[in-house]
Amino acid sequence: MPLSQPPRRTGAETGRVRRPSGAVLLALAVLPLVLLGGLLGVLVWSGPVDAVRGEGYPPVETLAFQRVELGPDGVLAVVLNDGPDPVTIAQVQVDDAYWSFTSAPGPTLAHLGRATLTIPYPWVEGDAHTLRLVTSSGVTFDHEVAVAVETPSPDARFFGIFTLIGLYVGVIPVAIGLLWLPLVSRAGRATVNFMLALTIGLLLFLLIEAGHDGLEAAASAPSSFQGEALFVFGALAAYIGLEMVGGWLRTRRRDAGAAVGSGWILALLVATGIGLHNFGEGLAIGAAFSLGEAALGTLLIVGFTLHNTTEGLAIVAPLAKEPVRVGQLLRLGALGGAPTIAGAMVGGLIYSPIWSVLFLAIGAGAIAQVVVQLTRQVVGEESVSAYVATAPVAGGLFAGVAVMYVTGLIVG
Amino acid sequence: MRGRADPQNRRWSRRAWLRLAGLGSLTSGVALASQDGQPDLVSASAPDHLGAAMGPVGRVSTESFDPTQFLRTWNFSNLPALERERFYRETPKLDGTTLREYELFAVDREIEIAPGVFFPAWTYNGQVPGPTIRATAGDHLRINFVNQGSHPHGLHFHGWHPPGMDGALAEQQVMPGDSFLYEFDAEPFGVHLYHCHANPLKRHLHKGLYGAFIVDPPSASARPPADELVMVLNGFDTNFDAENEFYAANTVASFYLQEPIRVAVGQLVRMYVVNMTEFDLINSLHLHGMFFDVFRTGTSLTTTESTDTIMLCQGERAILETTFRYPGDFMFHGHQAEFAELGWMGLFRAEGTRAT
Repeated sequence: MPLSQPPRRTGAETGRVRRPSGAVLLALAVLPLVLLGGLLGVLVWSGPVDAVRGEGYPPVETLAFQRVELGPDGVLAVVLNDGPDPVTIAQVQVDDAYWSFTSAPGPTLAHLGRATLTIPYPWVEGDAHTLRLVTSSGVTFDHEVAVAVETPSPDARFFGIFTLIGLYVGVIPVAIGLLWLPLVSRAGRATVNFMLALTIGLLLFLLIEAGHDGLEAAASAPSSFQGEALFVFGALAAYIGLEMVGGWLRTRRRDAGAAVGSGWILALLVATGIGLHNFGEGLAIGAAFSLGEAALGTLLIVGFTLHNTTEGLAIVAPLAKEPVRVGQLLRLGALGGAPTIAGAMVGGLIYSPIWSVLFLAIGAGAIAQVVVQLTRQVVGEESVSAYVATAPVAGGLFAGVAVMYVTGLIVG
Repeated sequence: MRGRADPQNRRWSRRAWLRLAGLGSLTSGVALASQDGQPDLVSASAPDHLGAAMGPVGRVSTESFDPTQFLRTWNFSNLPALERERFYRETPKLDGTTLREYELFAVDREIEIAPGVFFPAWTYNGQVPGPTIRATAGDHLRINFVNQGSHPHGLHFHGWHPPGMDGALAEQQVMPGDSFLYEFDAEPFGVHLYHCHANPLKRHLHKGLYGAFIVDPPSASARPPADELVMVLNGFDTNFDAENEFYAANTVASFYLQEPIRVAVGQLVRMYVVNMTEFDLINSLHLHGMFFDVFRTGTSLTTTESTDTIMLCQGERAILETTFRYPGDFMFHGHQAEFAELGWMGLFRAEGTRAT
């Protein structure tokens, strides 16, 4: 064990009190942990909670649906025991009828245990179906499939369709938005400020939506995962992470002798932030499919497509005064849009609400960071309030929020 | 989440989905080479319709309550003589009637109402339905009731009795640990019921405190000999949402599907059917392949109706008589399909050869 003081200066030589050896320090560090372990042992062994609950107190049973698939063999449901006590799934109802089922690995789920139920139910395409699990104590847990459509299976067709959806939702709209670059680069200072403010407005709207979606997903996720905290700290981590990436890029630029303009770094950050956000959106779309809500997924697709066209504008707005090559622009577009494809595949394949929360959080944090970056660029050295009060900025902010609101309104 | 749709735009979005999926399959068909033999996403066929896939999974334990045995048991006739004496004694009286003495007790007990599903019931003598009580019109009944449960309970019989024996008023509730002697004559003849009338009434009923009370006509030859079966129609609200999750004849969901009621071809079968279903206004019994004669409440010796489906209100009951004409399985169930699919379904298995 290396000692913390220089080896030659002992306590006797200097007259100072001898510091404890490494072994003693280690013991002191470990002692509270040992005591804590003992306490936990006593708690588990003596069960003071059981004393409070008394004999025959009903167990706390919680089950959460993780995934529901509709296929040619019927319904497949993955459920998670989110409660403290073991839960036994005794019977399964589909649409108010008891139905045979098999449970793998078994009908009894320990805390955070998972089971896959296979129910050979002749579901009807386009109808709504309700699954109801009845536990051994008669408690019931429901899941509604709003519109029954066969769940895509992960074959070539699955990847093809999700790639297409990602293209529709992420890549193509962003690319269309990038086409505003010539307009942006020919515009005067006031127009550029308007465009940047418009982008900030768009992103603020997205931020609020991401916050709402994330917290909603957090509420629907099993409570053991503490979705709200996960969302807030996930967003914070993404914000700080992007801030660090921005700082690193600027340092690199300074070291390289300012080969790249500041607009470029900003555009890169905006594209990264939007890319992270779009990954979350893709996840939501894929998840809608995996929860047996394929038709709702379509609604999401239309909404995201409309919204995301404005994201392309957000990426090119900082590039107004920069020389841009087509290849660079394409890379920025891919960075912002392509993660939607990956998100849709991940969401469709391994969806769980908690991943949704995490990615929505990362998206929200990224957007917040981008908003701050853009504001810095718009405002420069002046005070924020003074700058917002100018006509182009105020108008841009308002227009950005209005565009998002109206497109959101149209797709419901 | 965006697009958390209401039913209206669900319709819209379904159409949109079809369009998109059509476009998707078209485009990906061009983009991806290996598409042959893949089922089309839109026109995917429904799963195989396995009739046997319906119904609860597994078997209940019949150790503490056997629905098959319950069918043909009254006055504790299922118990060995010595043990039976603890709960039921009969003493002939000089006027030709019989003094029948019963020991009933209320006790909290967890019962298995479907395979693996346990219901925290309130029971008479540990079973739901409670023991069937059967007497001849004019007999004198003396029922000693002991409340071993955790709530006030009591016995309320349908039939003629003085108000003091009604067991329904608040002051007539028997407190936990207390007992009460109910004494009255068995009248009028018919198929009746008894149940707890303590408040809150609904809960005391759906927790399981009820049973059949059969009063035979005074003349033994009034009804021809028959294979007699007691069926109490009931349901269980296991998640306490004021709706039943399980329905059955004699408590155990779909039990008689797995263990058909065995009857003989050509022999008269008499069913004493009592509807004790809570929450739902009515229940019914429908028999496949046969008709039955109906004696509503059993108070007349003349049938009023020949049918294959009878409707019963809560607390209503009837005697049904039929003679199976063919060997084989005859389904019976509540004709509310929902009840049937939630457990109120069974089979008669008629054995022997067809009588000519």
